[in-house]
Amino acid sequence: MLRVFLILGMVLTFASALMPAQAAVRIETADLQGPRLLQEQTRRAVIRDYLQSWQSLTAALEQNRANLLDPDFVGAARDTLTSTIQQQSALGISTRYQDRAHDLQVVFYSPEGLSIELTDNVEYDVQLLDHGKVKATQHVSARYVIVMTPAEVRWRVRVFQGRQR
Amino acid sequence: MRARWVLLFGGLAIAMPLLAFAAGGRMNTPKTIEAGSPFAIQTIGSGDATLFIVGTGQVLKRDVQLGQTAFFSSGSLYNAGHYLAVLEGNSFTETGSIDVVPASKPGTLSFLAKPSRLSVGLNDGITGAVYVFDTYHNLLSAPMPVSFELSSPVGTVQKRIVVTRDGAAWTAMDSTAQQGIDEFVARVGEISSTRVVEQVPGDPCGLKMNAQPSGEQVHLVTDVVRDCNGNAVPDGTIVTFTETFNGSQSTIDEPLKRGIAQATISAHNGSVLSVASGVVMGNQIRWGK
Repeated sequence: MLRVFLILGMVLTFASALMPAQAAVRIETADLQGPRLLQEQTRRAVIRDYLQSWQSLTAALEQNRANLLDPDFVGAARDTLTSTIQQQSALGISTRYQDRAHDLQVVFYSPEGLSIELTDNVEYDVQLLDHGKVKATQHVSARYVIVMTPAEVRWRVRVFQGRQR
Repeated sequence: MRARWVLLFGGLAIAMPLLAFAAGGRMNTPKTIEAGSPFAIQTIGSGDATLFIVGTGQVLKRDVQLGQTAFFSSGSLYNAGHYLAVLEGNSFTETGSIDVVPASKPGTLSFLAKPSRLSVGLNDGITGAVYVFDTYHNLLSAPMPVSFELSSPVGTVQKRIVVTRDGAAWTAMDSTAQQGIDEFVARVGEISSTRVVEQVPGDPCGLKMNAQPSGEQVHLVTDVVRDCNGNAVPDGTIVTFTETFNGSQSTIDEPLKRGIAQATISAHNGSVLSVASGVVMGNQIRWGK
């Protein structure tokens, strides 16, 4: 019986090690500038779509597939990431971003309601892969500034800019 | 004795940079660079290696000779963000970090003014929001003053200075009393962006008509229709003339032409004639007895 539990425990440990851990998310009270009231539904939608954009970014940069960015990125952010993917592809490398924790705050809601700015104190791991082989790994604590704009059914990232904390 | 101290301190002075360098390993990356500015990465050792600089904004790869300095010309790394630097030799891999920060000078403004058309005399009726970017389209997160100016055709100017926070700033302005085309300018340093806001007359104010007999009928004509600030309400605005008699009503809608509206109706003796435009009521005239 004990052996069964031990085996089961090992299997679970192994499986959890293989699955990417869900990033911890902390949402600070909005520190808004701007006259427009931020509805709770809007705030939730923006944060949901921003967190989803990390999944797209991770997949797109790891697989070197720019089309994976389309649902979540637009404008300059999309152009920049697409260009990065093209550069990676040309060099035969890829990068794997794994977000570990987000500490989010909405800081600006433009008066006409067409843009929302967030800050994100994010913890993530980045790996450089050369033809699928991991060359290097780094843990990064960065502060991102994100500007999102509304599209047909969701908010999309238009500015995505980070700096190490 | 003195020569020995000179040798010791001299040796330390020479060794210090090497020690600092050694603490960082085989390469010495600049911690922070400004977007688009030239930079260098020093390496030590001997042999060939490959240097990668990777981030979400850009990727660079360079073959380097260990022991030499890899120079990157201006414009090599221009997208702000955090970059992982990887130096890979035959028997080692070493990592470092570079943060690219936006250039200090603004290069472009993203300026959204709303609405593009509104009535005169509205308090905080016009809003403007600005995001400030450098020439590489990096958001300038350092606080900087943005000057907002709304100037009307008659020369009145409203001005506000707002300091950006995380690259964003906003303001609200009143629409002025005069109709016409206003210029709304946002300026940061030498960079400016202009939007046009059309101010149109507000609702009619003090709507007044006169009635004159015209054969068997009555000719109704308004004074020039103006808003409360004296701006002529535009031609095409509908004016409604109404006759009320014995509990029944008949109406005629007429657009303003050259500032006035007129209509001829068959009025009954004792009827009440009234005029309105939208929700604005004008005067009433009791016709006949």
